[in-house]
Amino acid sequence: MDQLLQHGLNALMLGGTYALLGIGLTLIFGIMRIVNFTHGELYAFGAYMMYMLVMLLEVNFFLALMLAVILGVALGGLIEITLLRRLHSADIDTTMLVMIGAWIALQNAEQLLWTGVAKSIDNPFPAAPLVIGPVSVAWNRVFVFAVVIALIVATYALVNRTKLGKAMRATFQDRDTAALMGIQIGTINTATFALGSGLAAAAGALLGPVFVAYPTMGDLAAAKAFAIVILGGLGNIAGATIGGFILAFAEELGAGYISSGYRDAMGFLIIILVLVFKPTGLFARKERVG
Amino acid sequence: MKAAACAVPGTDIALSVNGLAVHFGGLVAIEDMTLEVRGGEVLSLIGPNGAGKTTAFNAITGYLPPAAGEILYRGQRLNGLKPNRIAELGIVRTFQKTSVFGGRTALDNILIGLHLRSKQRALAIIFGLPSVAREERALEGEARAILEFVGLAARAGELGSALPYGEQRLLEIAIALAAKPSLLLLDEPVSGMNPSETTGFMKKLAEIRSLGITVLLVEHDMKMVMGVSDRIVCLNQGRIIANGTPAEIQRNPEVIRAYLGERYARAHG
Amino acid sequence: MKRAPTVLWLLFLFSIPLWIADLYVVHVLVITGIFIIAAMSLNLLLGYAGQLSLGHVAFFGIGAYASALMSLGFSVHVAPGTVVAMGPQPVWLAIPAAMALAGLSGWFIGRLAFRVRGAYFVIVSISFAEVVRLVALNWVELTQGPMALNNIPPLTLWLPGLGEHTFWKKPENYWLVLIVAVVSYVVVRRLVRSRAGRAMIALRENEPLATSVGVDVTRYLVITTIASAAIAGSAGALYAHYVRIVDPDVFLFIYTVTMVIMVVTGGKGTLAGPIVGGLIFGLLPEILRAFDIAPELQWILYGVLMILVVYYLPDGIVPAVCKWWQQHGIGSGRGQSASGTPTIGAGQ
Repeated sequence: MDQLLQHGLNALMLGGTYALLGIGLTLIFGIMRIVNFTHGELYAFGAYMMYMLVMLLEVNFFLALMLAVILGVALGGLIEITLLRRLHSADIDTTMLVMIGAWIALQNAEQLLWTGVAKSIDNPFPAAPLVIGPVSVAWNRVFVFAVVIALIVATYALVNRTKLGKAMRATFQDRDTAALMGIQIGTINTATFALGSGLAAAAGALLGPVFVAYPTMGDLAAAKAFAIVILGGLGNIAGATIGGFILAFAEELGAGYISSGYRDAMGFLIIILVLVFKPTGLFARKERVG
Repeated sequence: MKAAACAVPGTDIALSVNGLAVHFGGLVAIEDMTLEVRGGEVLSLIGPNGAGKTTAFNAITGYLPPAAGEILYRGQRLNGLKPNRIAELGIVRTFQKTSVFGGRTALDNILIGLHLRSKQRALAIIFGLPSVAREERALEGEARAILEFVGLAARAGELGSALPYGEQRLLEIAIALAAKPSLLLLDEPVSGMNPSETTGFMKKLAEIRSLGITVLLVEHDMKMVMGVSDRIVCLNQGRIIANGTPAEIQRNPEVIRAYLGERYARAHG
Repeated sequence: MKRAPTVLWLLFLFSIPLWIADLYVVHVLVITGIFIIAAMSLNLLLGYAGQLSLGHVAFFGIGAYASALMSLGFSVHVAPGTVVAMGPQPVWLAIPAAMALAGLSGWFIGRLAFRVRGAYFVIVSISFAEVVRLVALNWVELTQGPMALNNIPPLTLWLPGLGEHTFWKKPENYWLVLIVAVVSYVVVRRLVRSRAGRAMIALRENEPLATSVGVDVTRYLVITTIASAAIAGSAGALYAHYVRIVDPDVFLFIYTVTMVIMVVTGGKGTLAGPIVGGLIFGLLPEILRAFDIAPELQWILYGVLMILVVYYLPDGIVPAVCKWWQQHGIGSGRGQSASGTPTIGAGQ
């Protein structure tokens, strides 16, 4: 029972970060309808920025966190403007191929810059874990969870309560009509991609110090993000949030009680099962963003 | 192509639509549509835009699921069948928006249309058996004959997208004919055509009909509709409001009201 | 199609090991050849049928593992007390069996995956390959996991004049791969120029129109996947018996990406495309290595190259070259008929 609780607690921490990844991707996938292969690389980017800022430039941890996210947003915007803008009318295959090219270039650039050796990032939290009865949780994980919740709430607010968010939701529902109504689709695209990338970078910046940073960390993250998006339904923030926790729980329980090797397979199995049996996702209400 | 001996429409029922309803979410596109198409005749579906004509086509040919009702072709139930299966039964449709294989030559377009007429098996293809080459040659001959029939023989080597609009529409018809339909559904075949092209098409339609092919037509060009149809059915807002010969339809007050509005109907009724 | 240039080309290709003394070069050519076969198979699915299947490496890997396991023999516990075992089989049997198995997995995946289309299909295909990789990594009893299957026997064939001959040497494997590549090319060409090929292309170009004349979408997508998977499986099997070590890394997504780059830059939907793409991306690493360029930089180059090709030569190199040749009136382009006008299914 204690083991179960411990697994549950771990899943909670993990689920939150997965949710961040998933929300970022579901926005991009939902509003822009592109398969964003660079999402994982933004995750890795966030982690590596933390490494560079905290370990190499000795910047304050919390400041570094904010900077890492801002840089992630900037990189996302840059990718959208330089690569995706000119493809706005292309078919989905072309866009995917460009995204794959960008993914390869980014990952190898990371490898070139930081080498393949995993980098650990110091965090300012006490090493001794917080003990609550039979379970214990590291302080840095508590911090991660808190920030994640804050970011999820902030994103939800942005999408549902601001003018920009309204424009995003309109674009999601009907691109053409939104354009006719005067919404600058190009700006929305850039904003969406930047926001989604920023969330991925945030996830990486938060988890990097908990685990380690290594060049291919983005691949698995991206795969899980896709699983979450599919589970939760396209453009569905709440669905992505719940999906993130579901995946984390499935992984923790699977790793704990079945076999740890197949832990990472959980995400893929979920994808296959959901898409084959319920393609609109578990939370299929009428597709809408928010 | 040889003409059928008999050009008079028979009294057998080819297509029978009973109580058809099509819904899009909450929107009722077609409500309680019942009509019959007799073998060998040319039946035209008319009605203002949004009346549900193309939707009816989509439902009959398997592109949309009926919410209610039954569609029978010579006794065979069409509900729920996939479009390619319906084509196998001899029902072929064209599309409202010009549909050809733009990246392929006109000849290739027809060859694709001849898909159901070919019997090549995968293993025979892989092993390069001579029967495959023989059939390919035969198919090419047929394809050229079909292009000849619609007057596009000279354009066999042109890409579909390179053809001028009027010829693309002819190519569309040719592709449909290649599939050897016994019932042909034409969706606005002359829209965008100039008067001489339209007259040319009307002649072609007469030739198609003399081959014994039953035709269900959706059109806005009233002159053409009156000129080629045996019977006309008028749709408005998803319901049939009139059904009869061209002469009857022209005088029908419901039809006039649907097209020209209440005030005109009252003024001229 | 004029026979003479083809025959000359083939003679030239066959002669290469006779006058290239450097065995390393021959080795590179063997690996490149294997990749070209895999690329041709992907081209069938991606180029002709228009399905962006990004799980293709799964078929390659299944072919490799199946052939390796059958030639080494294996025994696994599938349930407590139940063992499935097979003794070592001769390689000339294992390879076709592996192809069949790969084809079967293609059928299975085809039926599942094509229930979804577009972006979702892409994701399912990637997921499938990853699941297979993780199974290969974790089902140690069967696959030895990361410890890899070692000492896979090379092909042994009875050849006239030589008797029982085992393919230890690189030149022999080069010829073997070349023969399989030529056969694959011919099979793909026949498929593409037939009714089946036309159906695939029709589905890609205009699906509603294709179905309106009777083309069965699911049937043709599945046929294409089976053929594509079987050919990829043969490439995998060749790989297993040449390199003679197979580990789960053979399922890495990066190899799918490599194949995709080859097909897309070469020219998807053309017969010559995957060959040109395969040559470029098979030989480029070696050329770059000569200049001491780090592998990461190479990959960055590939990524950039693919993006550039997608922007500026969206149909790939082969069609661009053909168009250029036609515009400058240099007779017929590659893959076209002698008269220069595209004939039925010629190269497209």
